Amino acid sequence: MRGLARQAVPWHAGRVAARVAARCALLSLLVASRAEGDDLTVGRGGTYATLTAALAAAKPGDRVIVQAGTYREPTLVVRTPRLVLEGQGWPVLDGEGQREVLVIAADDVTVRGFVATNTGVSNLEDRAGIRARDVRNCVIERNRLRDNLWGIYLQRSADCIVRENDIEAHGLKQTESGNGIHLWYSPGARVERNRVRGHRDGIYFEFSPHGETRDNVSERSQRYGLHFMFSDSCSYERNTFRENNSGVAVMYSRGVVISANRFERSWGSAAYGLLLKDISGGAVTDNVFDRNSTGLFVEGSSRLEVRGNHFTQNGWAAKVLADADENVFSGNRFSGNAFDVTTNSRSANSTFDGNWWDEYDGYDLDRDGVGDTPFHPVRLFALVVEQHAAALLLLRSPLVSILDAAERVLPVLTPEALVDRHPLMRPPR
Amino acid sequence: MNIVRLVLQAGLRDLSRNRWIVAYTLAFLGIAEGLFWFGGTGPQVLLSMLNLVLLVLPLVALVFGTIHVYASREFVELLLAQPVPRRELFAGLYLGLALPLAAAFLVGAGIPFAVHARAGASLGGVAALLGAGVGLSLAFAALATWIALHTDDRLKGVGLALGTWLAATVVYDGLVLGAAAAFGNYPLERPLLGLMLANPVDVARVLVLTQLDVSALMGYTGALFEHTFGTALGTSIAAVALLAWCAVPLLLADRRFRTRDF
Repeated sequence: MRGLARQAVPWHAGRVAARVAARCALLSLLVASRAEGDDLTVGRGGTYATLTAALAAAKPGDRVIVQAGTYREPTLVVRTPRLVLEGQGWPVLDGEGQREVLVIAADDVTVRGFVATNTGVSNLEDRAGIRARDVRNCVIERNRLRDNLWGIYLQRSADCIVRENDIEAHGLKQTESGNGIHLWYSPGARVERNRVRGHRDGIYFEFSPHGETRDNVSERSQRYGLHFMFSDSCSYERNTFRENNSGVAVMYSRGVVISANRFERSWGSAAYGLLLKDISGGAVTDNVFDRNSTGLFVEGSSRLEVRGNHFTQNGWAAKVLADADENVFSGNRFSGNAFDVTTNSRSANSTFDGNWWDEYDGYDLDRDGVGDTPFHPVRLFALVVEQHAAALLLLRSPLVSILDAAERVLPVLTPEALVDRHPLMRPPR
Repeated sequence: MNIVRLVLQAGLRDLSRNRWIVAYTLAFLGIAEGLFWFGGTGPQVLLSMLNLVLLVLPLVALVFGTIHVYASREFVELLLAQPVPRRELFAGLYLGLALPLAAAFLVGAGIPFAVHARAGASLGGVAALLGAGVGLSLAFAALATWIALHTDDRLKGVGLALGTWLAATVVYDGLVLGAAAAFGNYPLERPLLGLMLANPVDVARVLVLTQLDVSALMGYTGALFEHTFGTALGTSIAAVALLAWCAVPLLLADRRFRTRDF
């Protein structure tokens, strides 16, 4: 998929290569600094009693090893570059409900193995469990964040890595909660194998292009499992978004690649498995949309490639509004949805070709695997419900089946042009 | 009560010897089994069976029911010549019709689901389907009894039964759809929910739907639907509505039966 992203946006290829080179350099730097720096031990039996003291004494390239225990100190600020902070036996950094816990304010800093907890709620400041502020190449890995207003917050920090963190917040209202992993003006981030639960938005990207988000699990968010805006050329792969209040929202971005993710069980009147708004030139491939109120919602987006996805047991599998144009749906699998496709106009600005529909009842005389009669995925009843929501009560009524059948024979109201001329006889793969 | 049993027994014997009821059982058995056989998963079979229950079951109960009541007229007249309380005779007559119908459905549709228990149909869904089917059988048997006792002309009676079937399965929903479209600007959800209760076929559909098609129930309407019918209270309300659809025609038919000059 990386390659695909590059193909889609060739003008970024140089930058990607530069970034990879920068990362390699960083890696060698880290290895080198590890060898030359000193170890500073904090906690029981260590040289320093407090982390604050150790951080003040540390030189670039040192390693600060923190023993198990609970540390209640003023907000810790790392100002020394190339420092490695390592917790052993899960030391707890406690914000006591009063303050931010840890701030990274120097380049090339690594934070690993801590429990950051209890920032408390504030309406005046965005308190984070771990924040990176105006830095480059930070690594935040294998930490546990519990009941913080914001979990991990990257603020104007480039090329950082956030991985294998476990982030959880409980019982907060949407207005009193921040995001699990929050990126703001932080290009080139890699967010991998994290687990986020119960925050407002699980993972949030704003003005943060060229990010890679892989293998994360984001669930039970109070709003979106993943939310991103104005972040071009990002890729999302193999993530699982589950039981998020409003699903996943992707807005105002170009060249986004969304691949092999699972979007599950987003319920409610404004809940979408995946909401795409004003996205252009991206790809949505090989994802699974399972039991969402609306699986895929496409609004004002163009030139999207929607391919190889599996839509199963959703209320509406795909809602494609009329202001979305030149999108191509092919090789997708639609099964067990109440409605496969709906739209809000009679014209069809997106193309459906070569998908598999469980409601297709055509035949294949020449046995080439493609049905000989076209399939109209928009049911009359879907349009009726679109206009008169209350009519939903008649779902699966015999009358509705009759109306749908009649409309399929002689389309009067449904968009005649929205048609799959090459419906597959067997589900792909 | 003795009389009820006797008449019931006579009715049952009569019906069990009747090839129609056997064919009816076998039809349900064959269709449900066939749906599983041809690779249907549990939820898919449930949905197909729901269509069958909503369309075929009322039709059979109404047409077969009216014909049955007309056919047992001579038997009823014979018994009425004896010192037999009319109410008990009526109870026997109705139960002799409704119980075999319900049992035929229960056996025909229930066995395949029991056999294919591992096909993934939710227990709640199957229970709702079987419950709705039994309720519909009882309700439309009551309606059939009433129709047959009300009209002496058999042809007219069967015609009325067919008309009732059409009204309950298709026409009523058409009117509801029309109302939803015509008054679309008003908050219609609650009145429409009420209208659903006023038709046994819709009650049955709603009962099953809340158990198996949850994903389709979305948006405000869906939420309200779920809140109203998805709870234990809602299910009880729907069940009570179905029972009312048995009780009211039965009371009317019973009054007719008691006052009628045979």
